[in-house]
Amino acid sequence: MSQPRSSNRRVGMVTLAALIALCAWLLASAGFAQDPGANIPEPTGPSAYRSIDALRRGAPLTTEPQAAPMARVENLDLKRQRGWPEQPPTIPHSIDGYQVDKNSNRCLLCHSREGTEAFQAPMVSVTHFMDRQGQVLAQISARRYFCNQCHVVQTDAKPLIGNSFVAVDEVIAPAEED
Amino acid sequence: MATRRDFVRQSALASAAATAGISMPLSAQNVLLERPLTEMKWSKAPCRFCGTGCGINVAVKHGRVVASHGDVHSEVNRGLNCVKGYFLSKIMYGKDRLTAPLMRKRDGVYAKDGEFEPVSWDEAFDVMAAQFKRVLKEKGPEAVGMFGSGQWTVWEGYAAAKLYKAGFRSNNIDPNARHCMASAVGGFMRTFGMDEPMGCYDDLEHADAFVLWGSNMAEMHPILWTRLTDRRLSHPHVQVAVLSTFEHRSFDLADIPIVFKPQTDLILLNFIANYIIENGKVNRDFVDQHCNFMRGNDDIGYGLRDDHPLQQRAKNAGDANGGEKIDFAAFAEFVKPYTLDYAVEQTGVERGWLLKLAELYADPKIKVTSFWTMGFNQHTRGVWANNMVYNIHLLTGKIAEPGNSPFSLTGQPSACGTAREVGTFSHRLPADMVVTNPDHRKMAEKIWQIPHGIIPEKPGLHAVQHNRALKDGKLNAYWVQVNNNVQAAANCNEETLPGYRNPDAFVVVSDAYPTVTAQAADLILPTAMWVEKEGAYGNAERRTQFWHQLVDAPGQARSDLWQLMEFSRRFSTDECWPAEILDANPEYRGKTLFQVLFENGKVDGFGLEDIEEGYANHESKHFGFYVQKGLFEEYAEFGRGHAHDLGDFDLYHRERGLRWPVVDGKETRWRYREGTDPYVKAGQGVSFYGKPDGRAVIWALPYEPPAESPDDEYDLWLTTGRVLEHWHSGSMTMRVPELYKAFPQAPVFMHPDDASARGLRRGQEARIQSRRGEIRARVETRGRNRPPRGLVFVPWFDASVLINKLTLDATDPISKQTDFKKCACRIEAA
Repeated sequence: MSQPRSSNRRVGMVTLAALIALCAWLLASAGFAQDPGANIPEPTGPSAYRSIDALRRGAPLTTEPQAAPMARVENLDLKRQRGWPEQPPTIPHSIDGYQVDKNSNRCLLCHSREGTEAFQAPMVSVTHFMDRQGQVLAQISARRYFCNQCHVVQTDAKPLIGNSFVAVDEVIAPAEED
Repeated sequence: MATRRDFVRQSALASAAATAGISMPLSAQNVLLERPLTEMKWSKAPCRFCGTGCGINVAVKHGRVVASHGDVHSEVNRGLNCVKGYFLSKIMYGKDRLTAPLMRKRDGVYAKDGEFEPVSWDEAFDVMAAQFKRVLKEKGPEAVGMFGSGQWTVWEGYAAAKLYKAGFRSNNIDPNARHCMASAVGGFMRTFGMDEPMGCYDDLEHADAFVLWGSNMAEMHPILWTRLTDRRLSHPHVQVAVLSTFEHRSFDLADIPIVFKPQTDLILLNFIANYIIENGKVNRDFVDQHCNFMRGNDDIGYGLRDDHPLQQRAKNAGDANGGEKIDFAAFAEFVKPYTLDYAVEQTGVERGWLLKLAELYADPKIKVTSFWTMGFNQHTRGVWANNMVYNIHLLTGKIAEPGNSPFSLTGQPSACGTAREVGTFSHRLPADMVVTNPDHRKMAEKIWQIPHGIIPEKPGLHAVQHNRALKDGKLNAYWVQVNNNVQAAANCNEETLPGYRNPDAFVVVSDAYPTVTAQAADLILPTAMWVEKEGAYGNAERRTQFWHQLVDAPGQARSDLWQLMEFSRRFSTDECWPAEILDANPEYRGKTLFQVLFENGKVDGFGLEDIEEGYANHESKHFGFYVQKGLFEEYAEFGRGHAHDLGDFDLYHRERGLRWPVVDGKETRWRYREGTDPYVKAGQGVSFYGKPDGRAVIWALPYEPPAESPDDEYDLWLTTGRVLEHWHSGSMTMRVPELYKAFPQAPVFMHPDDASARGLRRGQEARIQSRRGEIRARVETRGRNRPPRGLVFVPWFDASVLINKLTLDATDPISKQTDFKKCACRIEAA
């Protein structure tokens, strides 16, 4: 459950953002998203080779299903809720063609301390300036240099299997009392 | 609670939330701050995934895992995780967790061709025991088997090995580490006489150069990659060489990028040895004092079935591991043909890069660390490749000191700690001992307190033989734990599936999720995973790490350990052991295997009061004693005093892991070197004490071609592997929405020109075919992997793209490990 923090203005922005997200999601979904139900072959042959693994998209073990449509990276630039505070945020935009190698780091153009005002991108967290001993450095620590080891994009593929992880705020939420 | 009723109603905030479409209970304050509510219980655990062995802090609230992060106190990762590690909190909560045993039944009874129905544990074990007993009686112990895992906890692997080798008297137990680390083990044993790296991760902060031989650390060992990146970028003199058959993410940091033709890594290795010799860079003092030379047998075959033409043609298929003693001059002569010109011609690599690479090893001023994983190990000459990289470190004496380190990286979280150290291979016993050695068997029987003669001397079937024997009707009662081998093993169509579904085989699969392997089984046992049980893993730098049970498993799911021990109650010594041994040792008559293996005064030697307060332990509660402590302390007897020393059980619950040998409570960082290894005596300097004369072996080994290469009909190399976001077969990570959405399906990575030559463009569906099978996948010509022309890469995490239907079950004849990196395929539009 997400909980808005303070003023009406902020809530209004949240509403707007939610609407944009919904519209964009609908647009992005049309015809491109992976449909878990698509192309499921009829279960045929001996039951031994049917599939109980939803990741098989219904295909018996003796056949291979049609490849799912190539999923598209969500490129909406809208923050996503994190499952818990230390979870690294997923990347809300496309990073196609970003150069991140020993010579340059495209991500830090916007997400460095210096870049955030110009690009209105969130600054990397303070932990990223710390070395292995917890010492804060003048620039981002080299051990955090390759961003995509922790931060990943999200495609429009719909998960084939749900997950019943419950965020801690729900776990501690007071039970409904009459 | 009064405080809850006292929450101030904040109507302005509530209406604001309503405007945003967010529901908020009117009675609730929008931020809860009460300490008893917000406090979570944090405990340590190692990561569930790769062999790096990162330390994790896990938060539990009201019996559920609610958060996790990298442990700042863990030496390995100092607070960092990779994206998989950060999402550990979700791996146990996939909606299709198995919560009850499922058995194939027809008309209310077990039937191989029946449908899965939920059954009780009693019914599951009754049928399973009846099947195992029938097979033991009709065909003997060589017809029962088990396929285990480098993801077993230490005590699970130990209990399994003991149940099979001492209980059922079958050596047909092998771990999936056979697919992963067997060649590394073979390399260590042949060169050093002792398994596992001499160095440790601290080498990362000391080296001046790193060479990646067939290892994409950026994706497969991401946290070690952060340490390597830190070293490289913080210290500009440091150089990184990355060698592979295709460009991948690790090339982003490469100073020396090398893409070579498949299998020619053997040529590169001999070229470097030759370069060192020809340029006078051999460390003669080191070599004279600490090394021997051997010429290994060549033409050793490809581990295929005996009737395969390649096997029949091989001169030394029967003695792949053999060799003869030679001297330095003969070695120098042996590698002489591997000149720079020859290497350039054969590998396709530019001479400038080759010279730079060779100089990293040859220059005595450069401290060099070599890393390798599956590129070397999954190789029909994998043991050779391991031996040959040790050659170049030994010739230069660049070994067993900070920064100078040939370092075999491990795939799985406990391939070292469980599969290798416990000895769950078909030929092994704990602490590097083997079943073929009568003294080793005797020692194991003594520690296990069982009569002499119980442990069979003949090595059992290894992993690849398991599937062949299932298919051939020679292996008839089979138990699989903690792995997904229908997806993981090569040649699925011709060996694995016909094997599992052979009417003569009864196959049991223990898993947390309904994998394709579970589908191919006859009985599925629901299994507790990770922090649903107390565990121990051993990582790639010899670090043993413990964790407590933090939450309960769902439904009737039980740990592999519980399953193994509970199952052993259903067998008696009279059913499993020969009459003559029981006649000579009548005190063992009429006992259950549980009694002789686990109620032996040692394994049941610690009471429940020893369990740390505040932690559950479902197995110990069930059996009435601290099973993990008893098993560990008995197991530790094997290695203590034999250079495999483990510390006391309780020590590991306090520490963030310790690197063995642990002597007087102190861990060992660099082995074989005086001052850092307590087993090296004063004045020795260096001693490779795994060998009787303290000398490591430099092996003269040639280049030999792969088992299958592209031809006119199948014109492309197929190589397989992993991706960062998914662990192995994806059974856990594909159930985490964020990881699934990051990389939802396995594409075929190929060169854009190879695609267009076949009328394919990015995103189009293609059929990928080999002589053994076909899969369908989307073409990917961009992104993280950039193959050269003539080679394609398909990851194996995706259960709907079973790429191992295409791969060839050719193995290294010494290690019996499959080459998943090289076979021939063709591609056409679907």
